[in-house]
Amino acid sequence: MAQSSSDGFLGNLGKVYGLYTGGFAAFVIFLAILEQMGVSNTIIGYLFIFFTIGIYALIGILSRTMQVSEYYVAGRKVPAFYNGMATGSDWMSAASFIGMAGILYNQGYDGLAYILGWTGGYVLVAVLIGPYLRKFGCYTVPDFFAARYGGNFARFLAIIILMATSFTYVTAQLVGTGLIAQRFFGMPFEYAVLVGLAGILVCSMLGGMRAVTWTQVAQYIVLIIAYLVPVVILSTQNYGIPVPQLTYGQVLSDIAAREQEMIAQGLTTVETLKPHVQPFLNMNMLNFFTLVICLMVGTAALPHVLMRYFTTPSVRDARKSVAWSLLFIFILYFTAPAYAAFAKLEVYTHVIGANIAELPQWIYTWGKTNLVFVCGKAATDAAAVAAACGALEGHQGVVRLADFRMVNDAIVIATPEIAGLPYVVAGLVAAGGLAAALSTADGLLLAIANALSHDIYSKMIDKNASPERRLVVARVLLVIVALLSAYYASTNPADIGTLVAWAFSMAAAGFFPALVLGIWWKRTTTAGAISQGSQN
Amino acid sequence: MNNAQRDAAHWSATKGLMIKMLAIWAVFAFVIHFFAAALNGIVILGFPLGFYMAAQGSLIVFVAMLFWFASAQDKIDREHGVAEE
Repeated sequence: MAQSSSDGFLGNLGKVYGLYTGGFAAFVIFLAILEQMGVSNTIIGYLFIFFTIGIYALIGILSRTMQVSEYYVAGRKVPAFYNGMATGSDWMSAASFIGMAGILYNQGYDGLAYILGWTGGYVLVAVLIGPYLRKFGCYTVPDFFAARYGGNFARFLAIIILMATSFTYVTAQLVGTGLIAQRFFGMPFEYAVLVGLAGILVCSMLGGMRAVTWTQVAQYIVLIIAYLVPVVILSTQNYGIPVPQLTYGQVLSDIAAREQEMIAQGLTTVETLKPHVQPFLNMNMLNFFTLVICLMVGTAALPHVLMRYFTTPSVRDARKSVAWSLLFIFILYFTAPAYAAFAKLEVYTHVIGANIAELPQWIYTWGKTNLVFVCGKAATDAAAVAAACGALEGHQGVVRLADFRMVNDAIVIATPEIAGLPYVVAGLVAAGGLAAALSTADGLLLAIANALSHDIYSKMIDKNASPERRLVVARVLLVIVALLSAYYASTNPADIGTLVAWAFSMAAAGFFPALVLGIWWKRTTTAGAISQGSQN
Repeated sequence: MNNAQRDAAHWSATKGLMIKMLAIWAVFAFVIHFFAAALNGIVILGFPLGFYMAAQGSLIVFVAMLFWFASAQDKIDREHGVAEE
């Protein structure tokens, strides 16, 4: 697989990333020791940010390239396993990392629609789309549209849909970066967006797809370690088995028992309680399954994900690579419900039914950042909680189920503190969230810039441009797009969830039918595909 | 067997595998979850089965079927002499 490698890097991937993982673990342990020696949380937080972003930037600089095929498709020599890892972090965004467990906490069974949709979509990618696009041998998704639907008009429409989809999505990632840095490290939101932007640019500008690929693999390793560590510790503390995905069955039973107990204690009523595991309470069955379909179809049509499968050495590797991608994504998604369950049991046993004067400290920590609410007001301190509950008519001074609310984003962020773990674990989680946001932003930015430089400049404006010139244009456009999205993100537009939902709907409606029909149905015509794209 | 026949046989085998895959996908993405409430009556290791299927069971099936799909399509390609390399 690596015989064509010029630098020996591809032949030693296992060794390189093994060392990297070990080095990262050593770094975390080193920070844990520093914390024990009394180094302040702020310094540990900054070390986390600058060390990880520094490593990503270093990988980006080492992977710089002046070859067109390296820039656009990493020379088509990324092994299936590593492409799977890169796709995993390309795909899992700030929303998956920070928000997923929270959705499950707040919606119980119904939140599983996201888990099902975002994994099941990969079956569609593997069976219907990905390997066939690889067979086409294109550089970008609009390339396929131009080839299949005969010409630059179809290419142009594909570019518009790609830009609309990816731009909203990349903005969401930059907003996510800003929020993480702001909440964990107290950095002002605008500065945090700029730091994130700098990290993304160094990674993608010099080496294009090649640099983004190897950075994303590194980011996957950080994000999955960061996601697993707190909940593995929790599981070991409570059940003696370090497999939270297994032990949370017991947690679910305890939650169910506690739900009945809360009713008996008058903390909630049969009518208002939504049992955690009972399906179709927050949405009816029809809405649940249409949501699943939307998420699957959107997943299968996102250009920044599809273009990852252009980088494998063969069509066969593209198919294997989708399977690896889903495995790496699965590791995070089947852990998310465990997070939700552990957090819910903790809240149900130690918060609901507690005297409002004796709430655990973490409630105030996250109440200050507007993530935790008691009696309808942000729980900034004991006095604020007492005032808010006192203002409610007939409140007995005991937290009832309906009094307590936790924002989706709070679950993963607050778990280390809820479990009483040292600050270094919270810093690790923040570094993981940053990795998730940055890796997705890398892929998206590259998708946009490549559509502009390859599809518009090289294919429509100057067909005879020299390779050097094409790469210069690609880099300049990348920087311009990055600055635009950072500017848009710094205005703090609609919340992350809404932005991502827009991106999904646009990809699903604009791309999916034309892709699938173009691949599977010989009779699909140019006119038909264009009219479908333009209804969007 | 000439080239056209070979291609037709390959295409129909590929299409057969595709349909099989989509059928399994449909069962585990949708059909089984229609019965979530009823399946929740069965509890294994604390997990109500309906919840478990949506949180883990279906996901495991998706991962396993994609590895199986990759090798099955590979086999079809080799048997019909259209494999790469």
